[in-house]
Amino acid sequence: MSGSLVEDPAGTALAPARPADPVPAPPPGRRVDLRRVLRFLVRRPGLLLSAGVLVLVVLASFRPGLFTSQDPLQGVPAQNFRGPSGAHWFGTDELGRDVFSRVVHGAQLSLKATLIAVLVAFVVGGLLGVVAGFVGRWVDDVLMRCVDVLLSIPALFLSLALVTALGYGTVKVAVAVGIASVASFARVARAEVLRVRQALFVEASRSCGARWYAVLGRHVLPNAAGPVIVLATLDFGSSILAVSALSFLGYGAPPPAPEWGTLISEGRNYLANAWWLTALPGLAIAATVLSTNRVARALDGEWSRQR
Amino acid sequence: MRGYVIKRLAQAAGVLWAAYTVAFLVLDYLPGDPVTAMAGAGMESGQVDPRQIAALRHEYGFDQPVLTQYTQYLGRAVRGDFGDSVATGRPVTSTLADALPQTLQLTASALLLAVVLGGGLAVAATYTTRRWLRQFLLSLPPLGVSVPTFWVGLLLVESFSFRLRWFPAFGNDGPRALVLPALTLAVPTGAQIAQVLAKSLFTALDQAYVETARAKGAGRWRVHLRHALRNASLPALTVVGLLVGQLIAGSVVVETVFSRDGLGRVTAAAVTAQDIPVVQGVVAFGALIFVTTNLVVDLVYPLLDPRIVVAAGGRASAV
Repeated sequence: MSGSLVEDPAGTALAPARPADPVPAPPPGRRVDLRRVLRFLVRRPGLLLSAGVLVLVVLASFRPGLFTSQDPLQGVPAQNFRGPSGAHWFGTDELGRDVFSRVVHGAQLSLKATLIAVLVAFVVGGLLGVVAGFVGRWVDDVLMRCVDVLLSIPALFLSLALVTALGYGTVKVAVAVGIASVASFARVARAEVLRVRQALFVEASRSCGARWYAVLGRHVLPNAAGPVIVLATLDFGSSILAVSALSFLGYGAPPPAPEWGTLISEGRNYLANAWWLTALPGLAIAATVLSTNRVARALDGEWSRQR
Repeated sequence: MRGYVIKRLAQAAGVLWAAYTVAFLVLDYLPGDPVTAMAGAGMESGQVDPRQIAALRHEYGFDQPVLTQYTQYLGRAVRGDFGDSVATGRPVTSTLADALPQTLQLTASALLLAVVLGGGLAVAATYTTRRWLRQFLLSLPPLGVSVPTFWVGLLLVESFSFRLRWFPAFGNDGPRALVLPALTLAVPTGAQIAQVLAKSLFTALDQAYVETARAKGAGRWRVHLRHALRNASLPALTVVGLLVGQLIAGSVVVETVFSRDGLGRVTAAAVTAQDIPVVQGVVAFGALIFVTTNLVVDLVYPLLDPRIVVAAGGRASAV
């Protein structure tokens, strides 16, 4: 608003008589200019590539048939240990199963686990943080001391303790990974709620007699959500890594299931003669994590800084 | 200063106590019944003798109220006794103590490598004036935090042990066997150090004192190291404090990949066998490492940056 007035000194000279109407259509705050989005993306080929990789991974987890027609569980024993080729992009494993097809089908398991982990961390951590920040006083103190304690235990140890208590399996591993990152979500959510709570519009809304839940739902939560969502995208990458590490250690889905970490741990036995069994599934994990991290960085202010 | 140290020590003890309580609650109180798990741990089939369960229940005190159990366990834990391993029957404390030196060796060398590589990368990336080189160097840390540790380890084994035969692929003997595991563990840590240090170096180089130093005729290299790096290293130091716990935990994966003996493999084996006392001990130990390193970092801070004044009994605060 003030920017448009400065740019147009002639308009300001005329302004006092008719204050608002002659301003030539200032862009409304929320509308996203398509041309600007395109320019933003074209100048960042890495970001474009990352978004592409993520689209492919999501597609693979919903419609694996789009990428491969080979069976991930049934192999041709005569064709075992074939290196990467046109017929088998990622080669074949000890039972003659197509590794590319196993990676594609594994995307579903790994993505599901990651999604559960992020959701658990987001919901539990966000709730703790919002309650602590919004209620304040002793509730804040108690909750934040608990969060400090969770932070003091290395995340992998905490996940392992939870796996010991809960047992094995994709979902249990996912929950364990999610709980291990509850603490950071609680911290960020609380900091944001505290920041927004002191804003003038919240005070105004309160003094107008709005109920606490209306203040929370209409003013505090929408304005505090941004950084927590950025953290969730970042956490997505680290959760993929944590879930695959736990399934590499053997606590994920039982063997025939092609979870990404399990694939690599199986391939480990044939490291000396079949490098593709570990290298290529790992490449899939690395590419996915790298892409989510790149997108998270773009969400974290790169867009708003470039204008 | 003394009041501050005492207060920080008390805080550290509080955190340790709470971490042990979390471990107790998670492991002894969550859905799975620890005794059935323990009795079943050594058996082939799922069949467990009920009398054996009752005996175990009594032995571990599970037939008593939770609060009594908790105070008993806590009382023993304070004296460093975490009970006996269910799988091997040995005391947890000595099991962990035996495994610890190997892991400390691994994590210490990994930390050193991470600081040298990560710090060197950050300094080089901020020092160079070539745009492409800076872009390239700055693209490495995001890559380092995105690759799975176990995958890096396996790739290193595949190329440097199986193909080139420079280093052994597994085992504990000698410094040669330490190179690949330490490098593997150093990748994510070094990448995080590089990210933080590069960011704070860029900030420091924009400050007025850097311009002053340049105006007084100090060379670029001297300004970079003596003036900017010294101030920029403080945020990196905080990160290192946080990363030490992560390194110890990372040893679980790295020691599994390289079949090294150590705390990590003890942990992995304990989780597989549902050896609850050992897992409890490991969690408490992880918290101990975290609390200790952060205590040390907090106490070192004022020595590095005299502007940080420690008020007696209060927190360290910048003036």
